[in-house]
Amino acid sequence: MNDDQPFCYRVQNLTKAYGSRQVLQLDALDIRPGEIFALVGPSGSGKSTLLRLLNFLEPPTSGAITFQDATVDAGRPAPLALRRRVTTVAQRPILLNRSVWANVQFGLQLRGSRDREGTVAAALAEVGLAHLARQAARTLSGGEAQRVALARAMVIAPDVLLLDEPTANLDPYNVGVIEETVRRLNRQRAMTVVLVTHNVFQARRLAHRIGLLLDGRLIEIAATEDFFANPQDPRTGAFVRGEMVY
Amino acid sequence: MAGFFDSSRPLRIIQVIQIYASRSFPINGTGHGLIEALRLIFTGDAALLEIVSLSLRVSGIALLFSTLIGVPLGAALGLGRFVGRKLIVAFMYTGMGFPPVVIGLIVYLLLSRSGPLGSLNSPVVPTLFTPGAMVIAQSIIAFPLVAGFTMAAVMGVDAGLRQQVRALGATTWQTTLTVLAEARVGVIVSIIAGFGGIISEVGAVMLVGGNIDGRTRVLTTAIVLETRQGNFDLALALGAILLAITFIINVAMLRMQGKTLDE
Repeated sequence: MNDDQPFCYRVQNLTKAYGSRQVLQLDALDIRPGEIFALVGPSGSGKSTLLRLLNFLEPPTSGAITFQDATVDAGRPAPLALRRRVTTVAQRPILLNRSVWANVQFGLQLRGSRDREGTVAAALAEVGLAHLARQAARTLSGGEAQRVALARAMVIAPDVLLLDEPTANLDPYNVGVIEETVRRLNRQRAMTVVLVTHNVFQARRLAHRIGLLLDGRLIEIAATEDFFANPQDPRTGAFVRGEMVY
Repeated sequence: MAGFFDSSRPLRIIQVIQIYASRSFPINGTGHGLIEALRLIFTGDAALLEIVSLSLRVSGIALLFSTLIGVPLGAALGLGRFVGRKLIVAFMYTGMGFPPVVIGLIVYLLLSRSGPLGSLNSPVVPTLFTPGAMVIAQSIIAFPLVAGFTMAAVMGVDAGLRQQVRALGATTWQTTLTVLAEARVGVIVSIIAGFGGIISEVGAVMLVGGNIDGRTRVLTTAIVLETRQGNFDLALALGAILLAITFIINVAMLRMQGKTLDE
């Protein structure tokens, strides 16, 4: 972690607690612009909570998150303009009870954008669902719904795309489509991606760097190759070998 | 009630129905009532039209007020967490089951000349025995129903949807509107429930309206009057018209939900 590196996010002395239960305690974390950063760890380790904080849906209990040129301090909600530079694709695609097209253009509609046609059509084509544009979203399969959720996120052209277990329970074909789309967004649009997954193989396929989160604490952050080949912490080694880690 | 039986314009369809009905079964109260209802409708009886028009105007305006108050209140109670929320919910549930005649009594006391509102002599406060007073009573009856069912509807929307909508950049206002749109079936049901609660209500409108011919007589109070006078056929006819109006309006609202009777 080099302080001279430009950063997209800088997290410092961050904690998040719900009542008396503390779920996150991060001393320092930088996420670099244009990288795919994977957060791995077992269920309940605080990965999804961190994503909510990075999407500014909740403020930290203490500490601060600096995003590009703005800092969000503890207890204060982030300004709307900041929140609109980031978006999340959740594990369970929660689509509106409208057509596929209406779902994909939703973020643009919220922003009052006018010329939506081309952007929406391009996003649907990118996830291979242009032919389903007029179909009711509730009739889609799980894989199709998740691809619509990804298209819905990409139309607003966020600076950062947060992915929370985006391919859990999907078949290999849909996993492939989603991973390829994420790679393209990262390469062609220089979109920063934070991927939360418990699947270390997916992290290895997609990420430039990987962080291991255990019990709300970052155990190790390393470039993907080093994370697998030369883990510095024995718990990282155990995790990548598929052993039980607590 | 002049004019109810006065219309003598011959209508072929009514005559056919009357002949068929009298041959098919001995005409009893029900048979007469239905035929009378059809006759009154098809002949465009002026007094009946006035009663139907006033019923729709009073209940329509009251429903509009109830919706304007009840839907935002229900959304706030369903989505918000604030001090006093549980107390408001408890009051609202009480309001949902409050006897309309008691609400009529309270409004009567409030609007009477010696009452706290009536004594103000303000032009914005309606006087007793006017449609305005009936609108107030019906609004108070309907809004807890609209608010209560709206609250239940928005609470039934997937909790993850709000977070996802916010993650896509929605403001609090946009999030609330989106949740209401997702809960539209339930929200329309809340409005239907409110409408059902007031179009068929008699006690409160009787108290604050007074059932004055040509001024505050609505379908339900007219039914009470005709029944008391022994005009059961006419009372049944008015009941049939009330049912038909309620049915038509509910079908229209069902279509607003995006559903049809076939589903």
